Amino acid sequence: MFSENGIATAADFKQSQRTDQYNGHDYYLIDDLLSGEHKMIRQAARDWIKAEVSPIIEDAAQKAKFPAQIIPGLASIGAFGPYIPEAYGGPGLDQISYGIIMQELERCDSGVRSTASVQSSLVMYPIWKYATEEQKQKFLPGLASGELIGCFGLTEPNHGSNPGGMTTRFTDAGDHVILNGAKMWISNAPFADLAVVWAKDDNDKIRGLVVERGMEGFSTPEMHGKWSLRASATGELIFEDVKVPKENIFPDIVGLKGPLSCLSSARYGIAWGAIGCALDCYDTALRYSKERVQFDKPIAGFQLTQKKLAEMITEITKAQLMAYRLGQLKNEDRATPAQISMAKRNNVEMALKICRDSRQILGGMGIMDEYPIMRHMMNLESVITYEGTHEIHLLITGMDVTGINAFR
Amino acid sequence: MKYLVCISKVPDTTTKIEFTDNNSKFNESNVQWIINPTDEWYALVRAIELKEANGGTVTVINVGGAENDQVIRKALAIGADNAVRVNADPSDAYFVASQIAAHAKAEGYDLIFTGKETINYNGFVVGGMLAELLDMPYISLAAKLTANGDTYEVTREIEGGEEVLEVSGACVISCQKGMAEQRIPNMRGIMSARTKPLTVVEASAEAPLTEVVSYTSPPARSDVKLVDADNVEELVKLLHEEAKVI
Repeated sequence: MFSENGIATAADFKQSQRTDQYNGHDYYLIDDLLSGEHKMIRQAARDWIKAEVSPIIEDAAQKAKFPAQIIPGLASIGAFGPYIPEAYGGPGLDQISYGIIMQELERCDSGVRSTASVQSSLVMYPIWKYATEEQKQKFLPGLASGELIGCFGLTEPNHGSNPGGMTTRFTDAGDHVILNGAKMWISNAPFADLAVVWAKDDNDKIRGLVVERGMEGFSTPEMHGKWSLRASATGELIFEDVKVPKENIFPDIVGLKGPLSCLSSARYGIAWGAIGCALDCYDTALRYSKERVQFDKPIAGFQLTQKKLAEMITEITKAQLMAYRLGQLKNEDRATPAQISMAKRNNVEMALKICRDSRQILGGMGIMDEYPIMRHMMNLESVITYEGTHEIHLLITGMDVTGINAFR
Repeated sequence: MKYLVCISKVPDTTTKIEFTDNNSKFNESNVQWIINPTDEWYALVRAIELKEANGGTVTVINVGGAENDQVIRKALAIGADNAVRVNADPSDAYFVASQIAAHAKAEGYDLIFTGKETINYNGFVVGGMLAELLDMPYISLAAKLTANGDTYEVTREIEGGEEVLEVSGACVISCQKGMAEQRIPNMRGIMSARTKPLTVVEASAEAPLTEVVSYTSPPARSDVKLVDADNVEELVKLLHEEAKVI
């Protein structure tokens, strides 16, 4: 699956000698609200991350190579479609479990979390919700086990915040359709086995269809030169007269609500995930500040350091409560897209600020890859932009509370 | 083959240790609990490996209240087939050993594993007591075990080297590093743990033989005294008068 795309394998990475000392922080004892199984899932994810991903993540980011060898492990901890029912090969977990797994992954690296988010919420979710029974049986078990990797094509070079203006379209050609156009900024694209693509039909309606690797005219060139999400692979999807069988089209979902429902699910995962970055930076800065001595005492003993640390744990705690409550609402199927949007925006911005304050506490050491802070900071510059930019999320809340659309 | 693994519930190693009730009880509030590491990483995993190689069943047993079920489920997620919880406060080693012995006598196990010691109270005698109560051989601190039918070759760590023993028939083994490698439960295991049998049995009428009077935390570390490298006289004086080591 990977060799032809030159995706990196285990042998390509140098093992770091640094021990991942991360410990969770739970100031408001939110763990008391989790089930024993939630905690077991979290511990398994954390243990796996520490054993298999932390030792290679800095090297993967430095080399800008996706570590493909972690795919079976991601599947094994349940990171691919945690809430997909057992009948389709998923573990059938609740939404809080999904959030917990995304948080543990993003605690390590937003790129690793992105790979799992895309697979879960942007590929498995629409297939589960909108595909025919045959399509579900065909794709979901392989996606859950990691034997198949998927990607999601919505954004185009000229249509980011305004996906409704997309120009990718397909025309009817009897038993199949002919797809033409291009998608950009697509996580997992370079090595994906299939793509869930949103395109306009002959009636100018947005429809979803599954494009499979190997279909003639379908290519996925990798985008190079990112300073962010360097441990995940990003590419384009190019469709040149691609013949897609009609059975690959989702039968009933029409319009933007299809892709937006996927984004809502992914954004929910990001609302949890970003807290992982914040926790890792806070954990690093707290430990460092107690060990680093200047003017004969640990820098944790200075008021300006304490102000940063106190504000960090306060903001983390608020974000944790927000994510937890949102998880409850998701479990009850009551979370609105606007509520999810608020949590994504707030928690990503919170995490980015904490990265910057943590970097400041570590001084010059904060820029080194001996510590994860700078990598998280660079990653979050993508996270604050993808899945709805920070600005668009502000407008979503603005429209929700005023009833007035300020997008145009 | 029937394997029994004795597991203990202990606080996570990052727990802040505090005592209550006039320093006679460990303060359990806000503590995250784990399976005692040597029980999990070495005893349980080796039993599962033997089962995978030779067939059989792995049962885990724990003495404690219903709050222990979560760590027991983790043992099931890692790969044990079923579990027994003796519903009683694990008040001392003799009490725990006698409860496990009562169960083991009734069930008849081929091999019984424990970890080498618990990380909470440094307990390490349950295995030995259990062997005595069951009239079985006991091998402590085992770092390697190979099975040939019902004969086992067991390597123990001893001071400065190792000792290789052979034992036949049912026995009790306490396990340490080298015996196996930690296994992280996968999602399939976590899901199957939901439905694996966890039987709760009431305690037999044994009484503990000991009672905890009090605990004391180690004294807080005092400040480090830095002595100038040239000032040997001062160093000797401090080592003699304050540290009293020379």
